[in-house]
Amino acid sequence: MSNPLATQIADLKLSNPTMLAAGVLGYTGLSMKRVIESGAGAVVTKSMGLEPRTGYCNPTVVQTDCGLLNAMGLPNPGISHFKEEMQELNKLEAPTIFSIYGFSPEDFAEVAKIAVEIGAAAVELNVSCPHVKKVGAQVGSDPSLLMEIVKRVQNQIDKPVIVKLTPNVTDITEIAQAAQKAGADAICAINTVKAMAIDPETCKPILANKYGGLSGPAIKPVGVRCVYDIYDAVDIPIIGCGGISNWQDAVEYLLAGACALQIGTAIAFQDITVFKSVTDGITNYLEHKGFNNIKDIIGLAHEM
Amino acid sequence: MQAHSHKCSHKSSIESANRMRTVELLEVKEENCTTKTLTFQDQICKLAEPGQFLMVWIPGVDEIPISLSGIRCDGVTSITVNAVGDATRVLNQKKKGEIIGIRGPFGKGFVPVKGNVMVIGGGTGLGPMMPLTEKLVETASKITVMSGVKCQDNLLFLDRIAKLLCDVNSETICTTEDGSYGFEGLVTSQLEKKLANEKVDMIYTCGPEPMMYHVFRLAEQYNVPVQASLERIMRCGIGLCGSCVIGEIRVCKDGPVLTSEQLRRIKDEFGKSRLDWTGKKVKQ
Ligand SMILES: Cc1cc2nc3c(=O)[nH]c(=O)nc-3n(C[C@H](O)[C@H](O)[C@H](O)COP(=O)(O)OP(=O)(O)OC[C@H]3O[C@@H](n4cnc5c(N)ncnc54)[C@H](O)[C@@H]3O)c2cc1C
Ligand SMILES: Cc1cc2nc3c(=O)[nH]c(=O)nc-3n(C[C@H](O)[C@H](O)[C@H](O)COP(=O)(O)O)c2cc1C
Ligand code: FES
Repeated sequence: MSNPLATQIADLKLSNPTMLAAGVLGYTGLSMKRVIESGAGAVVTKSMGLEPRTGYCNPTVVQTDCGLLNAMGLPNPGISHFKEEMQELNKLEAPTIFSIYGFSPEDFAEVAKIAVEIGAAAVELNVSCPHVKKVGAQVGSDPSLLMEIVKRVQNQIDKPVIVKLTPNVTDITEIAQAAQKAGADAICAINTVKAMAIDPETCKPILANKYGGLSGPAIKPVGVRCVYDIYDAVDIPIIGCGGISNWQDAVEYLLAGACALQIGTAIAFQDITVFKSVTDGITNYLEHKGFNNIKDIIGLAHEM
Repeated sequence: MQAHSHKCSHKSSIESANRMRTVELLEVKEENCTTKTLTFQDQICKLAEPGQFLMVWIPGVDEIPISLSGIRCDGVTSITVNAVGDATRVLNQKKKGEIIGIRGPFGKGFVPVKGNVMVIGGGTGLGPMMPLTEKLVETASKITVMSGVKCQDNLLFLDRIAKLLCDVNSETICTTEDGSYGFEGLVTSQLEKKLANEKVDMIYTCGPEPMMYHVFRLAEQYNVPVQASLERIMRCGIGLCGSCVIGEIRVCKDGPVLTSEQLRRIKDEFGKSRLDWTGKKVKQ
């Protein structure tokens, strides 16, 4: 009998649609192995570049009413260092997707090449980080620059290229279409929403970097809207991300048109068991509603 | 239904503990030449377990992890800070009435047991052992507190320990590396003597990792379980960012207090390597 949770993003086959979101627990092979063993269908690494980065000073995280704000500043040991960490992950069936960033299209292509050499099953271009200048959201809101990056990366590697988009733009469908036109294999929506928090007692912004990215339940409606809009605008698969904490959130994203899901912040409040509870919940939902498999519900909300 | 409501309240308690609260310092007490105890009031901290830690915000400077060294049911809470760098130095210059920010308490603490227990603190690592010892006084049949420091000037909490242990079956052993107070040498050599002569039911420890690694090795040799509080670089404190991982374990959430069973699982890294600020594995 076929697996009702199996899904596919370009050539990438997943045993279930849940994935670890980029930047969360993605420094070492063993910590990502634990996430896979806890039920994730795939993992995405920390965003990595050519050179090591220490990231920003603390505080790098602030709790808000229904979300979390972070400004890590892309700390990472540099792509080459990651070879060792891949030894454990390359043995597993669930794929490891490398999140990568660069300061130029050439950088992106170079990092992508190394990522694939050391075992990336796909690369996810982080063109959407809201708090690091010159990389991230600045790139992801410039369609022509984004197209150049995607083309260069596509020319360099023969693995799927996923483009992770920022919601901090006027029209996310325009950016998604640019990515598709340049040859992207899939879209991931969304990265965090640019935000800040100020402490009334000390009258100071709390994050050392002042600005950060909002994640968690607060951004789920934004993410669902983005996936819904992008689904109508492109023909490539979409990975939904932003505020998924339970199976109901996951189903909402699937109905909006996502064929896979990334989970980040919920790990802090429910722990790594969230992957299993989300997949179990989706299975029950499918059974209860009489659907054979998740493909039956992807984008269903568009048929109304 | 029961399980569901339990889950909800658990979730909201982590979220509310993670809120940054600003607190006014009620007291700043000098413990020794580099170490101070800062006291403040916080209602969430009154439920903390010994061994749990706070992320302490020093506005304009940094946010750093610090263990609780005093936990009281009225919410009067303290941390004991050794000035080793920028953040800890600024923190220790704060005066009564000044403001700091706190998040937490986070992580898993020490679990008090019955029987004959050893409590081993290395340097400032003695801090979290104070609220632990307060609990052990109620449960253990014998408590041996061992404090290892470099020299006499670094000694901590001697009065507090004496007061705590005065009515129970106990022993206090101090070691200094230069022999200026108590036994000369490392605290682990005194532990070894104890283990050779007594049946010990649990060893609790916090201090420099090489010391704790040695404690763990001895404990394994003598078949005694350990609870050790580890230190790693921390950013989020809530098990999300991955800065603090050792093996598959997140020190901030699965620890900081780890059991022998967990320590065995991270034996390739415990006492050997850690992640630096870029996330790269480096030698200890
Ligand atoms: C769970 C835990 C409990 C701790 N409890 C205490 C305590 O009770 N009393 C006490 O004095 N110290 C404690 N520490 C250590 C304390 O966090 C560091 O000494 C402090 O962060 C140093 O900051 P600094 O800016 O003064 O020094 P720096 O000059 O910045 O650094 C000195 C050393 O501290 C490390 N350090 C700096 N920031 C962090 C951070 N965010 N996370 C982890 N390590 C860091 C550095 O890597 C370096 O090795 C604890 C650490 C952890 C992880
Ligand atoms: C602590 C933290 C670090 C993150 N780091 C990255 C990163 O390095 N690269 C990236 O593309 N996204 C990063 N993100 C964004 C997440 O991958 C995800 O897009 C976002 O958090 C929304 O999902 P969530 O609500 O499930 O967390 C980070 C998020 C968090 C909370
Ligand atoms: S400090 Fe972020 S995971 Fe432990």
